Amino acid sequence: MGRRTPLYDLHVAAGARMVDFGGWDMPVGYGSQIEEHHAVRRGAGMFDVSHMCVVDLRGAGVRPLLLRLLANDVGRLTAPGKALYSCMLRPDGGVIDDLIACYLDEKWFRMVVNAGTADKDLAWIKEHAKQIGVAVVARRDLAMIAVQGPNARSKATPLLPEAGRAAAGALGHFYGAALDDEWFVSRTGYTGEDGFEVALPSEAAAGLWNALAASGVAPCGLGARDTLRLEAGMNLYGNDMDETVTPLESGLAWTVALEGNRDFIGKAALEKQRAAGVARQLTGLLLGDRGVLRAHQKVFAGAAGEGEVTSGTFSPTLERSIALARLPAAAAGSVEVDIRGKRLAARIVKPPFARNGKARIES
Amino acid sequence: MSQTPADLRYTKSHEWLRTLPDGTIELGITDHAQQSLGDLVFVEVPEPGRHLAAGDACAVVESVKAASDVYSPVTGEVTAGNPRLATEPELINRDPYGEGWIMRVKPAGGAATETLDAAAYEAIAAAGG
Repeated sequence: MGRRTPLYDLHVAAGARMVDFGGWDMPVGYGSQIEEHHAVRRGAGMFDVSHMCVVDLRGAGVRPLLLRLLANDVGRLTAPGKALYSCMLRPDGGVIDDLIACYLDEKWFRMVVNAGTADKDLAWIKEHAKQIGVAVVARRDLAMIAVQGPNARSKATPLLPEAGRAAAGALGHFYGAALDDEWFVSRTGYTGEDGFEVALPSEAAAGLWNALAASGVAPCGLGARDTLRLEAGMNLYGNDMDETVTPLESGLAWTVALEGNRDFIGKAALEKQRAAGVARQLTGLLLGDRGVLRAHQKVFAGAAGEGEVTSGTFSPTLERSIALARLPAAAAGSVEVDIRGKRLAARIVKPPFARNGKARIES
Repeated sequence: MSQTPADLRYTKSHEWLRTLPDGTIELGITDHAQQSLGDLVFVEVPEPGRHLAAGDACAVVESVKAASDVYSPVTGEVTAGNPRLATEPELINRDPYGEGWIMRVKPAGGAATETLDAAAYEAIAAAGG
């Protein structure tokens, strides 16, 4: 048996299919995954993301710590509440995790890290934090609900604690606000739609979940979360990147701030890789034929060589199969993918495939 | 809860079989199987005239989550694949024992995979088989 979130009983009562995800028993879906997907693209859906770990970093040295630990530059976070997506790297440039860091004040940053990597992340962060006097606290007392879709904010805002509604309603894209030490709302997500991610006391989670459901927000499982993030061209840690690859080989060069004198862990390795030429790219694939691209299928890119699908699925928005694949840097145009023993044609495309309710790729 | 009609036969690999009046066997996947797979997005059915041996993979059902082979429990010749599944794979989700049938096969005698009655199949499905 895996770990359970404060919403576990509600999921089971709603008839969810439960699966193991990063050591947690999580709902993969409540009925039709495709309907859940469309609910988020067209209206509003909600996800229990309490398995993800909120980490509070407090102390005068917190900004210098994150300038060193993160490949993206927290020096850019000057407005309180501004958040940033980043990889945390090993000295050799391998990705330890990807995360969101939010600047709350000069002595307090809040990060959200992946469930399956939380323990190693915390060990890594603490090792560096102790030298600099920053306190690192995993907020396992908090639950988290992501409310996503074009109607998500209008449905969720009235259900937040009254004192925090104005602050939540005023949040710009990629900003967060701590309503108190526990309630925290950010205008972030993993679906390619507008919305909030709400961290809240565990005992308040069922109340918010039920209130959102009563206002017409569809409960959605990890299955729909995966098709939504893949359409949005967002990487999944463990599938699309891990400790054996760098952000430059993972479609994440845009999250790496190499310019300037800031010396972050992994920088030297990335500079060396860039100077030598990055041999592999992470790119999008759109399948021409019927069938479904899946992780680990082999990709043949002609003279450029071979690669592998890292994440693949059926796109409910495009009604075609889409994937992220790690291919030789020279691969371009069309490729072939080995799908269950047959070679099917796919086209290299630049993600995202769909965002904000619309297809972004011509099929 | 999934449905398991009492008048059909079943396999351990989650196919159902219906013997039609002319002796042809109609085959599909069970309600339990379609629920486990989730939304089907792609189904490959066999061409009429194809000869199958018991235990052969005869069709592919692919959902958002996973691809799964369908096995023929009998030896014989395919008389029909369900043509509607090419454009309406969701028929299997909606009506697994009716409009979502996958193929019809004319048994040639000889080897056949062991089949189960509804109660025995339900026990396997309930155990997570």
